[in-house]
Amino acid sequence: MPVNFVPPATGEYIRVLPEIVLTIGGTILMVAEGLAGERHRRGMAPLALVFLLLAMGGAVLAGMNPGPAFTNLLIVDGYATFFRLLVLVVGVLSVLISASYLTRENADSADYYSLILFSLCGQSLLASANELIMVFIGLEISSIATYVLAGFLRKDKRNNEAAIKYFLLGSFATAFLLYGVGWIYGVTGTTNLQEIHRFLSSPESTYSPLMVGACAAMLFVGFAFKISAAPFQAWAPDVYQGAPAPVSAFMSAAPKAAAFAVFLRVYSVAFSGLTESWQPILWASALATMVIGNFAALRQNNIKRMLAYSSVANAGYVLVAVVAHTETGVAAAMFYLAAYALMNLGAFAIVTHYVNKGERYVGIDDMAGFARKQPFAAALFTWFLLSMIGVPLTGGFFGKFYIFKSAIDSNLIWLTVLGLLNSAVAAYYYLRVIVVMYFHEPGEAALETASIPGGIRLALIGSAIGVFILGVFPSAVLEFANRSAMLVR
Amino acid sequence: MTLLDIVLFLPLAAFLVILALPGALSRTLALATSTGIFVVSLGLAAQVAGSPGAGALLETNRIWISSPAIRYHVSLDGLGLWLVLLSTILTPLCVLVSWNYITDRVKEYYAFLLLLEFGVIGVFVSMDLFLFYVFWEVTLVPMYFLIGIWGHDRRIYATVKFFLYTMTGSLLMLAAILYLYSKAGTFDYPTILQLLSSGRLELTAAEQLPLFLAFFIAFAIKVPLFPLHTWLPDAHVEAPTAGSVMLASVMLKMGTYGIVRFCLPMFGNAAHQCAPVINILAIIGIVYGALVALVQPNMKKLVAYSSVSHLGFVVLGVFTFTQQGLDGAVYQMLNHGISTGALFILVGFLYERRHSLEIKAFGGVANVAPVFSVVFMITTLASIGLPALNNFVGEYLVLQGAALVNWKYAAFAELGVIFSACYMLWLYQRTFLGEAGEQVRHHIHDLNARELLALAPLVVLMVWMGTGTSLFLKPITAVNARILQQTKQNVEYQVKAPTPPAPSARVEVADAR
Repeated sequence: MPVNFVPPATGEYIRVLPEIVLTIGGTILMVAEGLAGERHRRGMAPLALVFLLLAMGGAVLAGMNPGPAFTNLLIVDGYATFFRLLVLVVGVLSVLISASYLTRENADSADYYSLILFSLCGQSLLASANELIMVFIGLEISSIATYVLAGFLRKDKRNNEAAIKYFLLGSFATAFLLYGVGWIYGVTGTTNLQEIHRFLSSPESTYSPLMVGACAAMLFVGFAFKISAAPFQAWAPDVYQGAPAPVSAFMSAAPKAAAFAVFLRVYSVAFSGLTESWQPILWASALATMVIGNFAALRQNNIKRMLAYSSVANAGYVLVAVVAHTETGVAAAMFYLAAYALMNLGAFAIVTHYVNKGERYVGIDDMAGFARKQPFAAALFTWFLLSMIGVPLTGGFFGKFYIFKSAIDSNLIWLTVLGLLNSAVAAYYYLRVIVVMYFHEPGEAALETASIPGGIRLALIGSAIGVFILGVFPSAVLEFANRSAMLVR
Repeated sequence: MTLLDIVLFLPLAAFLVILALPGALSRTLALATSTGIFVVSLGLAAQVAGSPGAGALLETNRIWISSPAIRYHVSLDGLGLWLVLLSTILTPLCVLVSWNYITDRVKEYYAFLLLLEFGVIGVFVSMDLFLFYVFWEVTLVPMYFLIGIWGHDRRIYATVKFFLYTMTGSLLMLAAILYLYSKAGTFDYPTILQLLSSGRLELTAAEQLPLFLAFFIAFAIKVPLFPLHTWLPDAHVEAPTAGSVMLASVMLKMGTYGIVRFCLPMFGNAAHQCAPVINILAIIGIVYGALVALVQPNMKKLVAYSSVSHLGFVVLGVFTFTQQGLDGAVYQMLNHGISTGALFILVGFLYERRHSLEIKAFGGVANVAPVFSVVFMITTLASIGLPALNNFVGEYLVLQGAALVNWKYAAFAELGVIFSACYMLWLYQRTFLGEAGEQVRHHIHDLNARELLALAPLVVLMVWMGTGTSLFLKPITAVNARILQQTKQNVEYQVKAPTPPAPSARVEVADAR
């Protein structure tokens, strides 16, 4: 033990309460898998939910005791609390929609939930990481659990393909990130974000700008992969398509939100002095992400693949807010990620139910006549799709509005205009689903669809209400986001 | 809470009630609530038309979202008043028209109709740019479903086209609204106007033109102005009757209303600068719409193209920047709403009887349905601008305004009036006159009481608005005078004081952040 070791104070443990709860919960679930008989495996979802709710409580408690923890490795501020709660909400919704899916596929297992909890633990860590090694660790915890989840139904070929693709490409990208971290340490002698900022902005320090630029670029490769930003978005459609539907739902929301959280923090703290050099790159990446996502989604016939491209496009919108590089931009990104998580989870919840056993009905055309058979579910799906289009009074609209407002404030007029036109393109493929659901006669899939299980129903209603609140009464969330964004400096 | 808030939110309440109660009640419920809303909205007319000035009445101005400052700000003046009333009177008529025609998914149908009413009323009363945008987009959704579910064969193509055209335009407008906010620090429209007129907010020529175009294109798509009109015939032909009526009578007016309300006062210079081009496009629209209408074999398409032509008049009137032109334009918005609404209803009734919209499937209808043909004749005459009927007044004023600016405008636009007589009378002749064929004799019967009830208010209005013009025109004139004043102010201000700094506006921007 080093001489200068100071044992952590109690407050510091409180600040990592969600991570502690999630780790314990995940471990208990894993052990329970072995102990419980075949019959009891179904009962694991409620247990996982309990741990998630406890973790949320922990996150709130931690949020009430803000400050750094463990010699500044972590920092708990409003920003971290926001993202911790966001990923935990995504976790709750994912568990809710997973239970009936796993039963249908005869894959009931506690492992599944323990993996979700571990993955969330990594993401929660990412949200509060204040140091690049912690970033790496958080990213790895989150990713490794997600790789396994993507291939959870191991007898399914598509699952295997998704998992292996995600794993190989993901590891490659993380390697870039780690390499970047190493270089940064070489240049600045520290991995702490504030220290890096201090070093880079201090007039006394000497360093090669080229080196620092290369570091920032390598970190960007790692993050861009995780948020599926162009030109590193190619994995997303394949993986989302192949993975089990509830896992795709989870992947497209939680790891992405956490990666954005840390991406924003790294770029607005450590590299905030170098804005001019990375802004043009992000500008191009944001535009490319929107264009690729939207135009590729136009041509998809598989609904999961379509939603995957839509999630790429949505990452592009959030990147616009990152490019804006203001407090409003950070707040806009936070708000949008919350709205996006809810509407996307809602949409995937319907898909999870609709694809039926063995994910037979994944074509958009298979949705034909869904509204006739299940008017309520179809109406909610429409609501989520309208939110993705960006029709007013939905959370998606207000998020997009706020992002482009921050862009205009930063004088990014072309990016705004092009981004908005992009969302007009997006309207086409979302509308296509509504067209099929409402204006076509019921097909085989609609006739076979059973009534919606309770868990999915709960998740649907919950996210629909969330999207409504974010769209009509956004003030509370917006103010919280604005206040926390101010602290990220 | 003012009467205006009540009129605005009643349709939303009715929408929710219809959704909540069983479908068997929907029809009656929709009729009862929409009639009730109309009766209540008459109270608006009493208040606004009774007040002397051009000021906005029945104002509610509350904070909705604190940061960015978005306000629930609604008010009513002479410009919005009649358009709101037009919406509230047409909705119960649309319910009557759909009474027996809609048999499938009845509940959703009437719910969407009332949601649409909520949206359009909101558009005409919003005084906050953000709020305006919200309502503007909200109207898209019910119309999308009305066409998509209850429309004719090519309904899906038509409704998606309609949605995408409007959406693209309005997103440009959103960018412009955001830009204005970053300059002015507020979405509140009267405040922005005040900042502009006091010189605290100045838009350079380089800013004004793109902003004007962003707003104008969004509105022009909705109007629709040639060459952005191609979605209109598709949407009209495919929509169910009530959808066509609401689309033509109310939703197209949202575009022209937007031009008058927002484009002229805020971007006077750019509007003046673009006026020659816009006027020429409007005249092309007038003549082109009329010529295409002339050769249509499908009567709904004919009426749709006649809309393109009629709305060309409205745009022409607005961009003459004369009191007469503007008055005529606004009056013409109402007239077109009434006479084209009636035409769509009549065509819809013909379709319900004969299950065809082809003109050649008819002929000699007058022999079997005398009352029907009389009502159709009155509507036709109103539509082609016969004196003592409503369209005459509007068209006359527009032409007078156009002649004051450039006699060539008036001369070419006059062609449209002549052509309109040609296509409408020819339609009448081919459909109603001559020998009734066996099919016609077999299928066509006269208007029943319900159908007559749906048409009677419109026919009364055609005559009333043609003869009692001053009652309707007075509130409009007052507002138009103010708008013209604002347009000019902007121009003079630009000429006299080229570059005074606008410190206060910038401070507010900082505050808003």
